Amino acid sequence: MSQMIKAQAESRTHLTACHDCDLLFHIPHLKKGEQAHCPRCGALVMERKGNSLDYSLALALTSLILFFMANFNVLLRMNVGGRTQEENIISGVNELFVQGYWEIAVLVFIVSILAPLLKILCLFYVLIPLRLNTRFPYAKEVFSFYETLSPWSMTEVYMLGILVALVKLADLATINVGIALYSFAALIPFMAATDASLDDHEIWESLEPTD
Amino acid sequence: MKKLYNTAAHKGYLLCHTCHLLSKAATHVHSIHCPRCGTRLHSRKPNSLSRTWALTLTAYILYIPANLLPIMTVTMSGKGEPDTIFSGVKELVLGGMWPLALLIFFASITVPVLKLLILTYLLLSVQFKSSWRPKERTILYRITETVGRWSMIDIFVIAILVALVKLGALATIEAGAGAVAFGGVVVITMFAAMSFDPRLIWDALENDHE
Repeated sequence: MSQMIKAQAESRTHLTACHDCDLLFHIPHLKKGEQAHCPRCGALVMERKGNSLDYSLALALTSLILFFMANFNVLLRMNVGGRTQEENIISGVNELFVQGYWEIAVLVFIVSILAPLLKILCLFYVLIPLRLNTRFPYAKEVFSFYETLSPWSMTEVYMLGILVALVKLADLATINVGIALYSFAALIPFMAATDASLDDHEIWESLEPTD
Repeated sequence: MKKLYNTAAHKGYLLCHTCHLLSKAATHVHSIHCPRCGTRLHSRKPNSLSRTWALTLTAYILYIPANLLPIMTVTMSGKGEPDTIFSGVKELVLGGMWPLALLIFFASITVPVLKLLILTYLLLSVQFKSSWRPKERTILYRITETVGRWSMIDIFVIAILVALVKLGALATIEAGAGAVAFGGVVVITMFAAMSFDPRLIWDALENDHE
């Protein structure tokens, strides 16, 4: 009898290690919205988000649309003495390249365009098949790549860069902001919400090979 | 005698850093792969200390040209004026743009310097097996990991300005070599923070009793 209770209790908890301090401990079965923190160093070890895949997919799709709007429209337009100069995100990269600073051009291209785009595409590659109860080949590698990309996607920092540039130029010329700027500003909370809606533990569990 | 902590390394468990699966380590196998996602498993990040030292020192060296060389040159009516990171902040202060000056000062000067100093401190504390306030040191580590990206603001501002201010003889803005060095500092310190293993901070507590 007591053994049965113990077995029951154990099936509700599972052993894990803290990624920051290596402490071994049991975490109880978490309900939706609950978090588990490491008792020694306080690291967030697990969080059950319990959002449906549809929710994450909807946010990712919105992000993708906003991403294209932000990249294929005019970001800023400057008027000085009858002359107009327009720019979008890629033209900054291009100009750095033309000036011979390819290192920064590549860096800016990766962190402001490539990484955010790849992040969204990777999610689609993993989540859409999961939603349809199947799995594409290399889904685990793709999801792991998605997690690697995260620190290199710097859209919110770029947004602050735009605002700084705007203020710096304000007394020099008339600046008009384009559709891309609004799209870009909207993209940031949507991408953040997409990331926050994902339960990576749950996704890894569903990507586990079934035998 | 100190309390012996129950750690994964002690009990022969390995945590996968990709998918967080905990697996039992087999001692007779040389390289173990995670049964769920196939990632190579390590009890600690491999060569964490030497890698982090190498990257941190590289960032220190690059930090010198990043501050001495101009990050961009503003040419107005034929007169060019090279700007370093510091002179850029100074100009903002002189122009009365205090909030902006503070923001750039924080992102371009405070963050990289603090990040380098914290990484150095963490490396030294692990090297000397310090057991002082491990929890606070772990928090310091988490801060360096998250705040580093904000140093990129200046690089983005340059990328935006060079493309926008192209008015021929009237005004042009050109990037400078300092920006390359500064971008290098940001990227290298990000890699340095990634290669540091915070579990090393806690290992010192365990070896105390021996």
